[in-house]
Amino acid sequence: MRYLPKSPAEREQMLAEIGAASIDDLFEVIPAEYRFSRDLDVPRQQAESEIINYFRAAGAKNATDYASFLGAGAYRHYRPVIIDSLVQRGEFLTSYTPYQAEITQGTLQAIFEFQTMIAELTGMDVANASMYDGSTGAAEAVLMAMRVTGRHKAVVASSVHPEYREVLHTYLQHREMATALIGYDAKTGRVDLAALDAAVTDETAAVLVQSPNFFGVIEDIPAIAEIAHKKGALLIVSIAEAVSLGAVRAPVEADIVSMEAQSFGVALSYGGPFCGVIAAKEQYLRQMPGRLVGQTVDKDGNRGFVLTLSTREQHIRREKATSNICTNQALVALMATIFLTVYGKEGIRELAEHNLAKADYAAKALSAQPGAKLLFSGAPKFHEFVLQTEEAPATWSKRLLDEKIVGGIELSRWYPELGNATLWCATEVVTREQIDAAAKVLAAVPVGA
Amino acid sequence: MAYPTNYRYTREHEWIALDGNIGTVGITDYAQNSLGDIVYVDAPKVGDSVTANATFGSVESVKAVSDLYSPVSGTVTAVNEELKNAPDKINEAPHETWIIKVELADPAQINALLDAAAYEAFISEETGS
Amino acid sequence: MAIQGIGKVRAHQTQNEGLVFEKSSPGKRGYKLPPLDVPSVDASALLGEAHRENPALLPELSEIEIIRHFTRLSTWNYAIDLGMYPLGSCTMKYNPRVNEFVARIDGLADAHPYRPEELAQGILEVVDLLQRCLIEITGMDAITLQPAAGAHGEFTGILLVRAWHESRGNARKKILIPDSAHGTNPATAAICGYAVENLKSNADGGIDLEALERQVDEETAALMLTNPSTIGVFESQIHRIADILHAKGALLYMDGANMNALVGKARPGDFGVDVMHLNLHKTFSTPHGGGGPGSGPVACKAFLEPFLPTPVLVRRGSNASQASGELHWEYNRPQSVGRVRGFYGNVGMFIRALAYILANGPDGLRQTTEDAVLNANYIRKKLEDVFDLPYKTASMHEVVFSDKRQAALGVKTGDIAKRLIDYGFHPYTVSFPMIVHGAMMIEPTESESLEELDLFVEAMRSIAREVEETPEVVKSAPHSTRVSRLDEVAAARKPILRWKG
Repeated sequence: MRYLPKSPAEREQMLAEIGAASIDDLFEVIPAEYRFSRDLDVPRQQAESEIINYFRAAGAKNATDYASFLGAGAYRHYRPVIIDSLVQRGEFLTSYTPYQAEITQGTLQAIFEFQTMIAELTGMDVANASMYDGSTGAAEAVLMAMRVTGRHKAVVASSVHPEYREVLHTYLQHREMATALIGYDAKTGRVDLAALDAAVTDETAAVLVQSPNFFGVIEDIPAIAEIAHKKGALLIVSIAEAVSLGAVRAPVEADIVSMEAQSFGVALSYGGPFCGVIAAKEQYLRQMPGRLVGQTVDKDGNRGFVLTLSTREQHIRREKATSNICTNQALVALMATIFLTVYGKEGIRELAEHNLAKADYAAKALSAQPGAKLLFSGAPKFHEFVLQTEEAPATWSKRLLDEKIVGGIELSRWYPELGNATLWCATEVVTREQIDAAAKVLAAVPVGA
Repeated sequence: MAYPTNYRYTREHEWIALDGNIGTVGITDYAQNSLGDIVYVDAPKVGDSVTANATFGSVESVKAVSDLYSPVSGTVTAVNEELKNAPDKINEAPHETWIIKVELADPAQINALLDAAAYEAFISEETGS
Repeated sequence: MAIQGIGKVRAHQTQNEGLVFEKSSPGKRGYKLPPLDVPSVDASALLGEAHRENPALLPELSEIEIIRHFTRLSTWNYAIDLGMYPLGSCTMKYNPRVNEFVARIDGLADAHPYRPEELAQGILEVVDLLQRCLIEITGMDAITLQPAAGAHGEFTGILLVRAWHESRGNARKKILIPDSAHGTNPATAAICGYAVENLKSNADGGIDLEALERQVDEETAALMLTNPSTIGVFESQIHRIADILHAKGALLYMDGANMNALVGKARPGDFGVDVMHLNLHKTFSTPHGGGGPGSGPVACKAFLEPFLPTPVLVRRGSNASQASGELHWEYNRPQSVGRVRGFYGNVGMFIRALAYILANGPDGLRQTTEDAVLNANYIRKKLEDVFDLPYKTASMHEVVFSDKRQAALGVKTGDIAKRLIDYGFHPYTVSFPMIVHGAMMIEPTESESLEELDLFVEAMRSIAREVEETPEVVKSAPHSTRVSRLDEVAAARKPILRWKG
């Protein structure tokens, strides 16, 4: 087996030195009736070329040459080549969690840079080293707010990503934490502020909203913060599209920001690995879940970095820990750090503006087609928009697929009240040609209809 | 380090000094020594109630957390704010550095605690020396 | 401090490198966007009050500076690619490069999670094959790949336990956890709403059957057991343990962190385990990447299958057991514990793990396990005369020594670990498991050659001699790193968690 660095003679030599007659001696501690004696029923050992052929065939079976207008929490942005060059360096790729600071300064400094960039982008004081993804990050943020406030109720906007809400429900179900769901304004798609105001009480630990929300609409964060704060609740802002922060004002009124950083140079990879991260105001630091890297000095006064405030974590506080999280998404956070360094201060703004422009063009082009209209036009959007059509999406999406275009995702599975509504996303990688082609297909009423 | 004879002690290594019905609470030299450099003290707020033998907070070093157990029941009347920025005071002078002051609900509870000699005997038993 | 006669390391230059922000100057560019093919927009007019007026202070660098910055940082790390990384319970094995290659193939890396299922059959076939392989390897009946890491798998597994108990009318109150367990176990039990009850290990470091019998009652939901245990010992009474639990209606959860000792040699499903998690980033060679990403699939017996997180991958058509018919995600699962993560899991890690299984086949997987156990026993044999071995029970894939002899001379496990760095090795796991005072937990994995193992043994024996002859050298180690021991106390007292200019 090509990954195993031993010759048969060496194995014999080692067994002899151990004093074992055969390798079976070393497994005798497993009771005979539980020793597995046959071959595992898995595919036979394969050559590297066969493995590549297998996965290439699997990849080819997926649609690779389709234009796509899918978003909804997973975004297609251009990934600069150097991201993969750098994260595939063995010293990053094959290193463990940086517990031994003297020989992991590379990882530690990179995480410190990530924490700084996330804090800068979100307008928060501090950020952690990453969470699994945006959905678990949002759930952990709600638990964090519960610890900070000592309260046990959460108010959640229905325009938060439906899968994030499902994960939140899973996390809260055994924590005696009641949640109230707040709807959206039919005109703007924004959180219904009157309903929110009525729902937030002095028992509310947290208000959770997403911005841009699931419909692509940017929420009125200052107004929501005022409602939350006047009752002593914390405001958690979930951000599923991180690139939006290049053009959209940071949610500085929030107490906690939970962000999905996938848009920062992370491949879609059918939904993961992505990169969640929690950022917060400094006063809530002790209740943050996850790892944190801090700056310090060594014995000779050199600057260096260490994992710090670890007493919050499971390996020390065990059942009283802020979370059970251990492994996080470090290498993916490194991708994000490199992405943000490539684009930088000006680039992230320019990139965000290209997204705005594409989505603006696409929204206008698609909604101009007969029977189609734009929902929630009364509020600012980033690069997603909701289109309502007279024709059922199932019908026109087939026609789009025939033209090798994957159109917007149907919203009826989560929001049946919206009827024939679909959520479209146009990032910088979508071309005008693709938008025009989609609009044309949408306009074409099928023969016999 | 000598254990002041006018203090009383818990088996969880807190000390309490009584003045009228106000008890001043800290942790012993033995406790700070076994914990090492203290980096953070999590204390209750003024007005919170504490219960004898129940936790009221914790002290942390880099790699360990130690719960604080209240020697008595009562209401917190003061919290040592200085520890927020200088938790190392506890390492420097454990018996002079207080964490909270408590108004005792029942001053007789003090009698259930160890005196200095009994506490010293207890810790030498614990360390096996 | 120069080291002679070790033959593994020699000092070399590394580049100094400031923070990326310190290298920034306005006007430098590392990117170029293509010209817009649609009309440009006035962001401020479009977004109104939501427009960002103050840009985030991200660094501005050219591409060559970015390459140098991160390359320089990388050279400050130790890594498996440089040498042995014997962190016990972390399974730092070789991360095959073909894994990285195939995870980036077109059609897999760029697949959107909401792409129509008929256009996602290729990736679903990959998910399905990995599921079937892992079910076979564990001897279980059903699996979810959704959990993002080991601790997340534990969370999912205990939710299954809870849902099953609830379906029978009583969620029960407590989870038993041995004192040798990973910290994630009690933390997990707590977030699932259970009280944690500690189970003391017996003199062999294993489960004390009498204590177990006393502690298991009608309110016990499960025992969370790591097998082989964190001292690298197989619980030879495993089926008795399962029987004791099952007699009281409690379940056996297995933490699969140490599965690298069992693949192809024994199957948890055969020895009484009801539900378990795997760590694809340990046993199945996906990279640790400086702390993640991981992947923590949860495998279970058939009676727990209705409770698996949604969605579940199923095959359409009447002939569902055959490898034909379209795969699709089933959402209608009324008894499900719910979603534990967005989308379907860390799919990029599934691809890598499957590539590893294909590269090995049944014979390679078995040989891998045998070599991992052989290596650990070799180290044990070569070091047991100089380091204290608190538990004499047969070792599987890792061996746990204690610093007892060296501590008597004032040198502790943490010091010896730091000194190993000077010899060109990553330290072993320090001070864990907690049942061993001054633990030195060594897991070589199968990826080490005899030559590398001998160098490690030589290094450990040399340090043991230094402890007797020049203990100060060990206590002040490491001496050869870019930075010396860092002030963790200062870092925690006055946290500096971001650059501020």
